[in-house]
Amino acid sequence: MRRLVFLAPVVVFAGVMVAFALGLGHDPSVLPSTLIGKPVPAFSLPPVRPGDGGLASPQLASGGGPRLLNAFASWCVACRVEHPLLLGLKAQGVPIDGLDWKDKSADAEKYLTQQGDPYQRVGNDESGRAGIDLGVAGVPETFVVDGHGRVRYKQVGPITPDDWTRTIQPLMERLRRE
Amino acid sequence: MRRLVCALAAAVLAAGPACAVLPSEQLHDPKLEARARHVGEELRCVVCQNETIDESDAPLAHDLRVILRQRLLAGDTDRQAIDYIVARYGHFVLLKPPFEAQTLLLWLGPFLVLGVGAVGLGLMARAAARSSEETAPLTAEEAVLLRRRLEGEDAP
Repeated sequence: MRRLVFLAPVVVFAGVMVAFALGLGHDPSVLPSTLIGKPVPAFSLPPVRPGDGGLASPQLASGGGPRLLNAFASWCVACRVEHPLLLGLKAQGVPIDGLDWKDKSADAEKYLTQQGDPYQRVGNDESGRAGIDLGVAGVPETFVVDGHGRVRYKQVGPITPDDWTRTIQPLMERLRRE
Repeated sequence: MRRLVCALAAAVLAAGPACAVLPSEQLHDPKLEARARHVGEELRCVVCQNETIDESDAPLAHDLRVILRQRLLAGDTDRQAIDYIVARYGHFVLLKPPFEAQTLLLWLGPFLVLGVGAVGLGLMARAAARSSEETAPLTAEEAVLLRRRLEGEDAP
């Protein structure tokens, strides 16, 4: 046993390396949502598309299956990366609502006209307060909201095809059966 | 010249950390504004994460400073205003994390490491003391050999 003491620094070094590897693999910009399992905070937002009803939080409690609530902005580059995926989800029949964060509704309307419009409802949150109540730190962020209007999951950053097939789609399947 | 250098040095030393709080955000009541500054220094900006919301130029930090002041104006205590932001962005925004079960390792970790080091050092010192005590005296043969070597004779 005493002979093995010389191994102690090696063991400590290995431990530190494991801690570093775990720490470096962790993205500090991804904050856990404080809203998981809680109802979507109350908000009522004016429309982006003229003549449409905007978006109010009670509408998210559809009573049916889960929906996505996607925070985006016309000035956001990563949102453009995510956009084709959202259009694809719309084509598959996934209900998505949009929260246009810290943006002018005219800019957002132009963005949706040019890039395509994946949203059932879109609300313009120019002041950013609705987004702040949701804990949005940047766009895009996407919330999975169940039929009772409770937040069940938050995706920080664009949804990649992998995120969709591995995490969000299975979760939505499960929520649909709930 | 020397005076200029002194003045410059004094200016540099007197400068506090950069503050991004804009004049338009500040409250008219200096007492309330001082409280807002005090609270703002404890809150992390979630966009530029190593800055406080008072230091950060990020638009979100600006919004949070305004919200913080609105809460204080509405009569919130410092604690309530902090909790309002924590309810939205989580404990991560606290630059001074609370002492609770989840942060036990964070607060006590350094003392734990210090303790482990002290125990290790103690064990080493004890082992060293014991090994010097345990050195057996020279046998008669060894003593003869040693004396010969020291006196410069060839070894047998």
